[in-house]
Amino acid sequence: MLETLLAHPYLAHPFVAGYVVPTVIIVVQILAIVVPLLVAVAYLTYAERKVIAGMQLRKGPNVVGPFGLLQPLADGLKLFAKETILPAGANKLLFLMAPMLTFILSLIAWAVIPFDQGLVLADINVGVLYLFAISSLGVYGVIMAGWASNSKYAFLGALRSAAQMVSYEVSIGFVIITVLLCVGSLNLTAIVEAQRTIWFAIPLLPMFVIFFVSTLAETNRTPFDLPEGESEIVAGYFVEYSSMAFALFFLGEYANMILMSGMTSILFLGGWLPPLDIAPFNWIPGPIWFFAKISLVLFCFLWVRATFPRYRYDQLMRLGWKVFLPFSLFWVALTAGVLVTFDLLPKA
Amino acid sequence: MAVLDRAAKSLLLAELVTGMALTLKYFFKPKVTVNYPYEKGPLSPRFRGEHALRRYPNGEERCIACKLCEAICPAQAITIEAEPRDDGSRRTTRYDIDMTKCIYCGFCQEACPVDAIVEGPNFEFATETREELYYDKAKLLSNGDRWEVEIAGNLERDAPYR
Repeated sequence: MLETLLAHPYLAHPFVAGYVVPTVIIVVQILAIVVPLLVAVAYLTYAERKVIAGMQLRKGPNVVGPFGLLQPLADGLKLFAKETILPAGANKLLFLMAPMLTFILSLIAWAVIPFDQGLVLADINVGVLYLFAISSLGVYGVIMAGWASNSKYAFLGALRSAAQMVSYEVSIGFVIITVLLCVGSLNLTAIVEAQRTIWFAIPLLPMFVIFFVSTLAETNRTPFDLPEGESEIVAGYFVEYSSMAFALFFLGEYANMILMSGMTSILFLGGWLPPLDIAPFNWIPGPIWFFAKISLVLFCFLWVRATFPRYRYDQLMRLGWKVFLPFSLFWVALTAGVLVTFDLLPKA
Repeated sequence: MAVLDRAAKSLLLAELVTGMALTLKYFFKPKVTVNYPYEKGPLSPRFRGEHALRRYPNGEERCIACKLCEAICPAQAITIEAEPRDDGSRRTTRYDIDMTKCIYCGFCQEACPVDAIVEGPNFEFATETREELYYDKAKLLSNGDRWEVEIAGNLERDAPYR
């Protein structure tokens, strides 16, 4: 069917076959990732409200549509209908670029995430490095927003956020190095395939916990949500934002949460692999396993938010630099030592 | 030993896990939300809500224009004008309550010798304009007609304690 279509004289033209067709295919692939991702983001906000409500013995949104399922749409529509306010003293260009940057960065990272064996937009050999680079760039959106707003609260929030994200990226880096030592590849598909025998969450359990906590800090979630600190700096780096500019930050932040959950699943929970490679489990297709694992990690994000109070800033820094950094460094050395001693290093 | 114990506890995140177990337990408990517009909480018979002027069963209004409520009202929300009616009985020609001034203290219903002005069980009388909250006699009488069953029931249930 597709072959006969591609053999059509119009499509056989070298320009069309060489440029137009691949572009169309890539655009369709991108949409196939981005559209479900945005729907997932919308329903993550719904899930967050429901989960937190449940843990506080409330019901959560239940009025708009059945079980309140249309609530995210109503929220989106509300934000869309509002006015984007440009503060008088703001740097207009940066002020408007910051939310776009945050949003775009949270989307492009998904290019390298494998949903199943071979089901990935760009199967590059430096997948982990790419993800790490993109998530580090996220700081720029925050700093630009905080600086361009020309407001002391936004600026303080941006400074906090930048310091926090940089601090926790260090330990995330070491955790990733530990995983890479066990895999011998930076390719995300290879990382998942290396977990066929056992998920890394089991042999590297302490690193798994550190990674999870660091992703909480990296995505500015409770108990590390000081950049937003409602009680002292109102809403942190996005106080001055309204309407769709605010919505873009919000979407970006939640898309980052999903991305970090995806990374956790790929690095530690075996990506699309079933927990056991036996009958009832391996009937279920890989993307569904991947989705289930992401949902589980996201539930933990929300669960943590419903449970813990916010850290004080010095406690946050202490945890990052004095606890996680030495501990993950020690574990890198330990893992490397064990792998070398027992000759378990992955062969190229 | 105590040091080892403490180290083990903090390394295994014992307190964090305990906290999370607690919130997870609550996640599966029945919810306490009262689904407000569809469900409402119980009200005491003494509840002081929206005012109403009551009538006798034969349809005659109870208020005799003694102006005790106007006198006792600490917010001076009540305005009454009165003159004798054709049949010689003394009645109000004007009975206004400014609901934006009223503090819902209930002194008016305590002062009333004939149980004419009462605060009923209705608390859902929000309006879109301020003017709608300047109640006149007709509005108060229609409130009385609308809530008579509930008001009479509440007065009866509260009577033993008075």
